[in-house]
Amino acid sequence: MIVKLKRTIKYGLKIIKRDGEIFLTSVSILFIAISLISFLFIFQKTSQFLISSLKEKADVSVYFKEEVPEEEILKIKEEISKNPEFKVDFVSKEEALKEFERRHQKNPILIEALKEIGENPFLASLSIKAKEPSQYEKLISFLKEKEEIIEKIDYLERKPLIEKIFSLSSNLEKGGILVSLILILISIFVVFNTTRLSITNFKEEISIQRLVGAPNWFIRGPFLVQGIFAGLFSAFLSLLVLFLFCYFLSPKFSILFEGLNLFEIFSLNLKSLILIQIFAGILLGTIPSFIAIRRFLKI
Amino acid sequence: MIKFQNVTKVFETKNKQRIYALKNVSFEIKKGEFVLIVGRSGAGKTTLLKLIFAEEKPTEGKIFFEGKDITKMKDGEISKLRREIGVVFQDYKLLLTKTAFENLAYVMEVIGFSDEDIKRDVPKVLEIVGLSEKAENFPNELSAGEKQRLSIARALISRPKVILADEPTGNLDPYNTLDVLKIFQKIHEMGTTIVLATHNKEIVDVLGKRVITLEKGEIVRDEERGKFVL
Repeated sequence: MIVKLKRTIKYGLKIIKRDGEIFLTSVSILFIAISLISFLFIFQKTSQFLISSLKEKADVSVYFKEEVPEEEILKIKEEISKNPEFKVDFVSKEEALKEFERRHQKNPILIEALKEIGENPFLASLSIKAKEPSQYEKLISFLKEKEEIIEKIDYLERKPLIEKIFSLSSNLEKGGILVSLILILISIFVVFNTTRLSITNFKEEISIQRLVGAPNWFIRGPFLVQGIFAGLFSAFLSLLVLFLFCYFLSPKFSILFEGLNLFEIFSLNLKSLILIQIFAGILLGTIPSFIAIRRFLKI
Repeated sequence: MIKFQNVTKVFETKNKQRIYALKNVSFEIKKGEFVLIVGRSGAGKTTLLKLIFAEEKPTEGKIFFEGKDITKMKDGEISKLRREIGVVFQDYKLLLTKTAFENLAYVMEVIGFSDEDIKRDVPKVLEIVGLSEKAENFPNELSAGEKQRLSIARALISRPKVILADEPTGNLDPYNTLDVLKIFQKIHEMGTTIVLATHNKEIVDVLGKRVITLEKGEIVRDEERGKFVL
């Protein structure tokens, strides 16, 4: 058994060595298909992260008018807190100012502009988080009753953003899946034809194999080995490219979206990513070879 | 060992013309026999050999190998059948990228012999056909006679029960022809059944073995110690 396996791998490597160009054609198309699948996977994980982090942030910030005294705001806080569904934090004018200064300490222009104003321009606010987003509607209607002391409610502004990201990512996902499917079909077609080319180049060997009664698996085996190697090689290449992409562009992305660490998403999902790539590589590498040689094996 | 029962093989041309390669052929070859199939080109000799190792399927009739009907065999069984049969071709069908040694080793690897078997058997068989000195030569470095001897060695290497040879001396001069025939006789003496198709009169007369004569796809004579008569 081991001898048979060894020989099958040996002949598979021989095909790769002799038909190097054909092998590279298979590898390049498989590489494109697998990379696209991998990027789609990482993209899906990233948008999941973005949506959940935005949902997390989807608290309602209620800004009170300048003249409203703290006690009144705290009274409202207590009233809302009675409902265990809500978690309420009070942010005073001073705390809001400090938070602004902390967040923009690297931006002297903003700090300078703040100083120009001369006084604290921030409003006291309540930041309210609900366990279920559906609770917000109830909260808003409660707050509407207190309209006269409220400057603005900062909930409605985030909702469209979340919806936008959601629809954008689901559209991109749909498009990505469609393109991937097309690419998978193309790569099956290309690998099918490259295998057929290989088979043509090995016609003499195959005819002698059949003549002396080689079992079918022996004739098929080396071509499947070639397919497996092409799949694994392209999986490895696309993993490398994805690694470099995430490693070098991660800082750029974290500027675009606060808290987004692309490289961390890559590392956290590395195991499933490798599995997906190997699985896709081996399947896309072997199934078309299998079909291509099947037609040839009919005695 | 080999039995043809009313075998007919028809080929159809592109314009649907039916050509009879073999017509209602019946005969039997016993274990250890040396049988010559003679006839003009196109008489059906090659088709007859191809039917024995299931390269072609008959249109009608049955073919038995050691009691089993070849026409009903599945792919896996056909592979096994072929391991019992060694085939020698007029055009050798050697692998040009492999040395003489590798050409034989390749067949043994394909069939699943161990590396030890290969190391032991290949030099032995090369010796039987007189090519020990040429083990490391590529087919293109061999003469026509040597190439044919190598292809006989390849047929022999899998220790088959039967060797089929299709015009094995077709490309050889009389000297090499005699050489190759001697090898076949040697193999026959070792107990292997041999079926040799030829249109070479001298071979038939020199060997003095059973002769089956084909004409236009039909057996016209089947004689023990036959002569070449066309």
